[in-house]
Amino acid sequence: MRFLLRRAVFYLFTLWAAITINFFLPRFMKGDPITAYLARNQGKVSPEAIESLKVLFGLNTDRPLWQQYLDYWGLLLQGDLGRSLSKGLAPVSEVIADALPWTVGLVGIATLISFFVGTSIGTYIGWRRGSRAEFVVPVATFLSTVPYFWLGLIMIALFSTTLGWFPASHAYDKTLTPALSWEFISNVIYHGTLPALTIVITSLGGWILGMRNMMITVLDEDYITVAQAKGLSPRRVVVNYAARNAVLPQLSSFALSLGFIVGGTLIMEMIFSYPGLGLRLFEATLAKDYPLMQGIFLVITLSVLVANIIADIAHAALDPRTRQEEAL
Amino acid sequence: MTDQTLLTIDDIDVVYDVDPPVHAVRGVSLRLERGEILGLAGESGCGKTTLAYAIQRLLRPPAVISAGGVIFHDRDGDDIDITALGTDALRRFRWDKVSMVFQGAMNALNPVKNIGSQLEDVFLTHRPEMSRAERRAQCAELLEIVQVGRDRLRSYPHELSGGMRQRVMIAMALALKPQLMIMDEPTTALDVLIQREILQQISELRSRFGFSVIFITHDLPLLLEISDRIAIMKAGEIVELDTPANIYRGARHEYTRTLLSSFPSLTGDRGGFLRTGEAR
Repeated sequence: MRFLLRRAVFYLFTLWAAITINFFLPRFMKGDPITAYLARNQGKVSPEAIESLKVLFGLNTDRPLWQQYLDYWGLLLQGDLGRSLSKGLAPVSEVIADALPWTVGLVGIATLISFFVGTSIGTYIGWRRGSRAEFVVPVATFLSTVPYFWLGLIMIALFSTTLGWFPASHAYDKTLTPALSWEFISNVIYHGTLPALTIVITSLGGWILGMRNMMITVLDEDYITVAQAKGLSPRRVVVNYAARNAVLPQLSSFALSLGFIVGGTLIMEMIFSYPGLGLRLFEATLAKDYPLMQGIFLVITLSVLVANIIADIAHAALDPRTRQEEAL
Repeated sequence: MTDQTLLTIDDIDVVYDVDPPVHAVRGVSLRLERGEILGLAGESGCGKTTLAYAIQRLLRPPAVISAGGVIFHDRDGDDIDITALGTDALRRFRWDKVSMVFQGAMNALNPVKNIGSQLEDVFLTHRPEMSRAERRAQCAELLEIVQVGRDRLRSYPHELSGGMRQRVMIAMALALKPQLMIMDEPTTALDVLIQREILQQISELRSRFGFSVIFITHDLPLLLEISDRIAIMKAGEIVELDTPANIYRGARHEYTRTLLSSFPSLTGDRGGFLRTGEAR
């Protein structure tokens, strides 16, 4: 219990720090995008929206900084992230809510697949060290050095342009309306295959190598010899004794990669014109849409935090020593 | 003690197949009696542990048994040629007939599983017919026998002291009531007091359950105290095999005398142990 409490305090502090930095960041920026924007859209912006934009941008300089800071928190707690300049003044929270599921769905599932498949393969070739299965190692090393945008372009050139098996862009056919029907969902999977495959192929190598190396280290431990001397079945030795210990460092990397799901796919979404958060961030950067950028940064920070919390919980659940040390 | 033989090691050779090959065990032959404690002494790297692992066929590449055999004479009269067992038969044989207590008390237990489940593993594998409740009861009883206490079943290895971990290992080795227990320096990492307690426990358990012990250590005075016979190993060969009294009074081999004289007496003089026997 004390362990959880300590972690909770730590995360609350980090959250506070991240949001505070997010508050100050635009105030350090040069120029004033709002004034320029308002000049371009005379009379189209309601006074309330102007006020809200000004609060988020620190342009209401008639008020002291601490007052602005409190206002900012007040708006944030209501879920108000301001309005996007490039999306017709739609609330930033809505723009993000539209894009986030695509990114999390595509990259999240691809990362999960890659982690589980890679860790399983790594377990196997670590266990069968020196066997023919080792040929996977140089292949995995090669794949993990391939830049994913480059592989993405090759995938499009090969499977989309040349062979015409998969669509090259977008999350679903423009002729379909989003619905919970098989037709729509299968179309989404069809469109997601190439980008997901790109992510899986380029990240698989890292999981394989990491797990294999840990397996080799763990297999030299005394408790593995003991497990074998106990006459346990090879399956039990591998799963309960070897892999169970070897997977612990993998979990930390996995948590990190979960944190990068939201922020790390910008280029991939550009290549595949996938309507996720990365593409939105790219567009926002081009349009100097600061409120949207700020909102996306906040989401990225939050997702890294959430990923860390998940990793902490998983670590505590799988490694009794962590619980012990943290509780001291 | 009966005259029955429990284990026959017949001219066994173990080679580490590296370049150049290392001949770790050379033509060792031994007969172990039922209920006997056989001490195996020798300096580090002389092949003691390799020999112990060879008996259970626990050696991993590059180590290979290049010649010889190990025959286990089962209680019900069967002779089991361990070197000829298939993979599954070998798995069933291990721990059921011959169990081991390992050198590193610190690393012999899986750090992420509680000791109850590690004890239970043994029953799950070798006694699949046992019910969950029976297994639990057995594990609790084993921990009581080695005086760790049943309330430790749910503890993790890092929550136990070195002495307690080694007791847990002994409990685990006892689980299936094996006929032979190989102890590879079971007390080396422990301080002398704990060492003494554990040794007492081992000899009590031996008289209660009647298993044989191969006790491996470099601590020759310790073996003089607890063994029925002592084998002295040097460079992969057994150079002397005799009762403690004979070894103590009249070691025939030069190496045995060197080994004995390398232990100080209580007064701290080198070789004092040999001349005065104060440590006895």
